[in-house]
This record gives sequence, C-alpha cells and structure tokens, in this order.
Amino acid sequence: MSRPPLMSVPHAANAETGPAPPETDPARAAGRVVADVLADLGGGHRGVVVDSPPGAGKSTLVVRAAAHLAAAGERLMIVAQTNEQVDDLIDRLAGKHPEVPLGRLSASGYAPSDRVRAHPAVRVAQKADDLAGQTVVIATAAKWATLQDGSWPWAIVDEAYQMRSDMLLRIAGRFERALFVGDPGQLDPFSTVEVERWAGLSWDPMRSAVSVLLAHNPDLPVHRLPVSWRLPASAAPVVSDAFYPFTGFQAGTREGDRRLEFGARGMGTTYDRALEEAAATGWALYELPARHTLRTDAEAVQATAALAVRLLQRGPVAHSEQGTAGVDAARVAIGAAHRDQVAAIRAALGPHGAGITVDTANRLQGREYDVTVVLHPLSGRRDATAFHLESGRLCVLASRHRHACVVVARAGIPELLDAHPSTEPVRLGVPVKFPDGWEANQSVLAHLAAHRVPAG
Amino acid sequence: MSALSALARLEAVRAGRAQPVATVRHVHIADAPLVLVPLKLAGEAAAPLAVMAGAAPDAPSLLIVPQPRNRDQRFAFAASLARLVLNHVETHRGEVEELPGKDGEVRLRYGDAPQLLVPNRGGVRFLRLLGRSTRFRSTEGAYAVDAAVPVLGRWLTWFADRHDHPGSSLLGAATELLRLHWATGQSSLEDGNLAALMGWIDPPDGLDGPSAAALAEDPVRWPPAGPATDPTFDNEVLAPAIAAYDRSGGDARARERLRAAIETQVTPTWELMWRAVGLLRALPEAAGVARRWERDRDAFTHYHQTFGEAYPQARRDPPVRAARRLHDLERAQEAYEAQRAFDDPLVMAEQRLTGAAFGGVVTECHPERLDETGKRPKLRPLLRVATGDPVRLEPGTPVCSAARPALKGRIVEIGGGGVLVELTGGLGRRLVPEAGVVPVEGDRVCFTSRTEGSFGIARFPDREDTPWTHGGPPEDYVPTADDAREDWS
Repeated sequence: MSRPPLMSVPHAANAETGPAPPETDPARAAGRVVADVLADLGGGHRGVVVDSPPGAGKSTLVVRAAAHLAAAGERLMIVAQTNEQVDDLIDRLAGKHPEVPLGRLSASGYAPSDRVRAHPAVRVAQKADDLAGQTVVIATAAKWATLQDGSWPWAIVDEAYQMRSDMLLRIAGRFERALFVGDPGQLDPFSTVEVERWAGLSWDPMRSAVSVLLAHNPDLPVHRLPVSWRLPASAAPVVSDAFYPFTGFQAGTREGDRRLEFGARGMGTTYDRALEEAAATGWALYELPARHTLRTDAEAVQATAALAVRLLQRGPVAHSEQGTAGVDAARVAIGAAHRDQVAAIRAALGPHGAGITVDTANRLQGREYDVTVVLHPLSGRRDATAFHLESGRLCVLASRHRHACVVVARAGIPELLDAHPSTEPVRLGVPVKFPDGWEANQSVLAHLAAHRVPAG
Repeated sequence: MSALSALARLEAVRAGRAQPVATVRHVHIADAPLVLVPLKLAGEAAAPLAVMAGAAPDAPSLLIVPQPRNRDQRFAFAASLARLVLNHVETHRGEVEELPGKDGEVRLRYGDAPQLLVPNRGGVRFLRLLGRSTRFRSTEGAYAVDAAVPVLGRWLTWFADRHDHPGSSLLGAATELLRLHWATGQSSLEDGNLAALMGWIDPPDGLDGPSAAALAEDPVRWPPAGPATDPTFDNEVLAPAIAAYDRSGGDARARERLRAAIETQVTPTWELMWRAVGLLRALPEAAGVARRWERDRDAFTHYHQTFGEAYPQARRDPPVRAARRLHDLERAQEAYEAQRAFDDPLVMAEQRLTGAAFGGVVTECHPERLDETGKRPKLRPLLRVATGDPVRLEPGTPVCSAARPALKGRIVEIGGGGVLVELTGGLGRRLVPEAGVVPVEGDRVCFTSRTEGSFGIARFPDREDTPWTHGGPPEDYVPTADDAREDWS
C-alpha cells in the first residue's frame, strides 16, 4: 500500500510510522504544490487559495499563474494591495514574460516608477477602456474598486490575507473566478474604528478577504507552499513552529548551505559578540538591562543603529546557493513596531549607515534582506497590548532575512508576557486565531534565549 | 497613550487635580438634553430595574420595575419610558429648515435634534440592548405590548448606532465626554467611574482630586453610576424589598418602599450628570461642533421622516450594509480627528509631537511662483517654515493648513530646521493668489498631514449584487410573526 504524498511538515516526520518518508527534496515538494495549483485553475473551481509562508515563492507563483492563464487565452486582472506591490509585479511579469500584453491601471496622480518605465511595452492608463486590449491588467484593490462595470474571466488577488473583506466585496463583481495568494502569518488588516457589531458574522467587513471567502465557500481548494526559499535552515523551523504551528514549512536550503563571514576582525565588544553569534547560528538576542522606557527608548535605539553600522564595518560576506557576495547597506534592514521608533533609528544611524532600510513591520511585509536587525516590539514596555502581541508583527520582523537576524530587546519580556496573558474577549462565531500572539512570542523568545548576548 | 496625554496625567498627579487636554468643547451639548440614568438587575443582560430620566436637573422622573423578572412589568416599564423618550424626541425637532437639495428639490433639516446623555459606556450598552429587546415586540396577538414599545426600541437602536459614529453628539456617555477634555491622575479603568472622574475634575471644597476620587470608591456615599448596582445594596436592601413586594401581592406601600430604596442609588449619579453637563457647557464650543451637529440633525431628520415606512433595524447587517457602514464610520473618524485638531491647538500639539504636523514661522515666501512644466502654467507658491518640531513626513506628502484647511500643499523637502511646502490648492482661480490667502514672511503657520476627505466616495455593489465571495444576495426581509419570538429565560 502506498501512502499519499504528505505535505512536508517539519518535526512531524517520525521513524515509527513506517518506511515511506515524507517528501524531503524541497524543490520537488514545492514543484508538486505549484503543479497542483495550476491544475486546479483548470478544474472548474470559482476560487483557489494558496497559503504561502515567508519567502516561499509567492510572487513567482503569481507570475507563473498569470502566464499560465494568459497562455490559455484568458483575460486576467491582478489585484495587489499597494502601488509598490503593483510595480513589483509588473517588473517581474514583464521581465519574465515580455510576450504577454500588460496594462497598469492607476489613479490620476500616479507617476510611473523606474521599474515600470523600464518596460515600455507596459501600457499605463487611468481608464479600464484604454486597456481593453491588454491580456493582463494590474492595479491596486482601491483602484479596482472604483470601476463600475467590466468583467474579467479570471483574477489573481495577491496578498489576499492583508486585504479586508469589504474591499473584496467591492471588487468581486469584476471577476468570475479568482486565485487568492497570501501569507496567513503576516499582519491582519485593521480598521481605524473599533466596532463590535459585526463580530461573529461570516461576512464581517473587518476580517481578511480569505477568511470571509472560505467561510462562504468552504469547498474551495486550499494549497500551501511547503518551502521557504528565503529563510535559512536556522530560521525556518523557529518561524514555522512559532507562527505556522499546524501547517508548517521547511527551509529550501540545508544547514551549512549558507554562511556569513566577516572581512574584518572584531574588537570583542558586545556588538561584535552579538554579530558573531548571529553569523554563527543565524540568531542573536542583544539584551539590554530590564527597564521601563518610552517607546523611543534611547539606549535600545542606539544599540539597534550601532549593531547595523557595526555589521557593515565588519565587511560581511554572504555565501549561499546563489554564490558569494558582499553584504552592503542595501541588503541590510532594521525593523521596528512604531513609526516614531523608525524615525529615531534613522536619525541614530548617521552617515555610516546610509542606505540601510529602516521601516515598520507593515512596510517590511514582502521584502527580503540578507541580515536584519529588529527592535523587539515588547522591549521596555510596561504592558503587552493586542497591538504589540499581534503574532503577525513579530512574524514579519523575524522572517525577512536570508542569513541572520539580530533582535534587540530589554530583558524581562517573558515576565512581561506572563503578567499579561491574552485577555481579548472570546466571541461566538469568531474562529479562534492561531497562532496566539502570546504563545508565538514566548516560542520565539525561548529560542532566542540560547543566543543571548548581554549588553555592556 | 500619546506622550502629551501621559504628560497631562503626570501633571494631574502632581497638581492633585485633572488637567485640560482640550482648550475648547468638541461635543454639542443641547440646551435641554435628556439625561438617563439606567439601572439593571444584577445577573441579567438587560432586565431593567429603573431609569431616572429628565431634561432638567430639578425635574427627574423615576421609573422602576418592582419585579424585574416579570416580563409584563418589564414591558409596562418600557411603555412608560417610551412615552418619556418619544415625547422628548418629538418636542426637540425645532423649526424645519428648507435647503436646496439635488436636482432643484428642497431638502428638509430639523433645526434641532434630541440629545440623550447617560453616565458611562455601560449605559450606552444597556440602551442598545433595551432597544434590541423591544423593537421586534408585537403589538397584537400573544404577549402583545403597548404600541409605543417597539417604537422606543427602534429609536434607542438608532441612538446607539449613532453613538458608534465618530463625532456624533446624539447619544453621549458622560465619562467619555469628560475624558475627551480632561486627563486625570488615575487609570483609564478608574476614569470609568463617573464619581471618581468628577472628583478629579471638580473636587468639592477642601478636597483634592485623589481624596475626592478615594471617597468615590465608597458605594454608600457614591453608589455605582449603573447600569450594574452595588452588590451589597442588592443583597441587603434590594432583594428583601423585592421579596416584600412579591409577598404583598403588588401592594402600593411595598412598591413605594422599593422605589425609595432605588432612588437612593440613582439620585447621586443624577446630580453628578448635571454637574458634568454644566462643566462641559462652560467650555467654549469648538468651531467644528456646529457642522457635526448639522450632520446629526440630517441623520435625525432622515430617520424621523422615513420612520413610518421603514422596518425595525435588522438584527444583523447584511454584507453590503456592513461594508458601507464601516466605510462611513472610518470616513467620519478621519474627519472628526482632523477637525478636532484644526479647532484646538492642544489636540494639534499631539500631532506635532508625533511628527504628523508641524508649526513655525514662515521664513521665506514666493507667493506668485508658477509651475510651468505642464501644458499650462499653474500657481504653486512656495513657503519655507522654520520649525523645531520633530517632523516625520516624507517629501510629497499632502498637507493642509490648520488655520484654513482649504489651503492645501505638498512637502517638497525637509531639513536644516525647516520645511519647504509647495501650495497646491485653496489659492483662488487665477494665476495670482487671492489677497491674504498665502501666509507671508513672519506669519506663524501650522500644517498637518491629517486631512479630511482622503477616503473619497466609495462604490459598493447593490444588495442584490452581493458577490459569491460573500454568500451571494441575502434574502429579502419579510416581516413575520416569528420576529417577535424570543427565547425567554
């Protein structure tokens, strides 16, 4: 008797259950899922959902699916959430499949970015009628929502977990079938108002597009990309256990496939020790003494900026399956929870840190770097609010790197968590959210504890 | 909590008295608001025990339910409350204004609208639940109720829905309204206690805020502001009085004793409510309040005029209505926050501290600069504003002037202690700005990125076009006798 092929679930493999091993070759495992997705597009379903963990090739899948549908002669609309994402997709799609006629629908104030101008065949227009001849039309969800009529046989909705369901309601009339692609572990969509009246409704406008879609169409096929090509072997199990506890994913590379080396010797400072720990193990926790601070904790901000600058000064070189390359400022990012923290860190970076990306978790979603330095959202806080506990925030911050991640935090976060268990009310009809932010935070901290470098 | 409100709280602790966090009043306070102090029976979701109500401090009516577990008595109570509330609604419409509407038609707007005030959020929740439990009641057949009861239910539901609407003053909770204008030295949770909050804001002679707030913790001196009652009162006074009333078979003297007992629980809160109204009324009204009250009056006019032909509000919003409502709320929230900051330098200070706005003196001004890169020249004056504020805006961010929000601009560059702004709108139609519109060198200006109207008009599908992703079109509502059915515990 042959066993059905398993989705690869790290740590679920165990020797007692039998001789058939789970799919261990990541490329084959991922290839099979992509083939299944493309097959389902022709399977008569109204919708297909693909969950993608960080760096699992979501954009690649969108491009492949778009080309696949275009090749089958279908007109297609692509929905992204921000102008940035739209331009990214255009760049990838036009670069990979220049034969597909591509249009970009945009608001009146939009000036095409360099990435779009690099592809002169891409038509940019403000009215859908002007793009009637294009096989693939890309726009933000907000722009699609302004259309009164017109219909496309297919839509691809990118970052569908970051789109609110009321937006889906406004654009769903424009397509007949759709492929929804997104990362369930990242930040949930939010609203500027707090209203409880829709809690528990299957069409709650504050929930994500995918959860409302699946609540009304439970039979739609849901696929999961099983391999993170971005996260190294040192990070994939940590992120998978903490944020994707039931579905899981594996790293596309093995232990030792990626190495980070420094061109310059350190001077034995705590910054150097933290960077060496991160280079050797993929993680470091640079721990400042416990203290309650303002959001823009001067010491933590200073340490975060100094670690990033020190990293560049050490002349890091990254070896990976893609070859060997120096890590310059463009390949380093600093992440924080709040915009004022970001501004403070930017100011602290100084000229030596020029070119390093500093941004909030929301803005870092979907981006990739070699090394990241993260200011922990709970560092120095007195309380753990729902905002700071949201698992997606930590997940984004802890899953942007290809080589190493250095977390800066005040001591005492586990104790803070213990003092603030989740107190969100449980409502009837609202699906329980997994992973729980509290649990995910503890899980990441437990791993980081083994990579702790105390400051000073 | 913003740095500024944290500072205000610290200063309140040091001064022993609440500190203002607003220089003007951001809510409308009616000349005669209908103050309601509701109480419910402990352990029940919304079994009314009593309401003290009235539109003047010296004329409260106290309505009670002697046996709150008795359904008939509950709805008799609802009927008397209905007469009171509906009378207030009907007598506070003011003169009818006629406004030009769409397509040359005349649009009506009542010159006034009823305002309801309750002590706290719990009071709002109670009114919402009371509305929910009364608006579907049937006025005929089995368990028929007074004709005014479902009407009350619909109005209470409407008031509670308006309370969700940012910037609406139709139903207000006193603790929320006070917290909008003062910061105390106690926690937010403690601020939910009206007596303690009033103690900090307006302590009695000889006391400071903390000691007045400490006194407010004594439920004998200051019974809870409802709707939940003090458990000791429940056990030692209320339960025996209700039991005595039951044993007496509805005797008038037993009822009077019960009423007197309940009166001791609501009267202190009643007085606090009117003191709070007085404090709020004493503040000068912000410029945007009249405009928001106009929106409230529009909503009231619409609901009042269509009342006869409409069904009771649905138990659940169908998908399209839910999405629309969320959009309306978010738009109102944005407008409300922007207007409050325009009206009040203390609110604007919070935006300036977070870097979303900046203020300073104009050091350089080119009022007649033209942008000639396009097909035809456009008037685009440049201003350089010297500021010490921690500006956290990107070049290209649209901003508007706090003093005159119609004056719009765009950040060009930031640095060297100044911000260069290109003005793009609100300058007049010609290629020379209208007189006095562009600030000149030496003027103090303030620009903010939190503007109104970034949402624009949103398009939603019609109800019958609800897409498959949201379960398809919902069935049309047809009223049936089952609507009145309820699981009675």
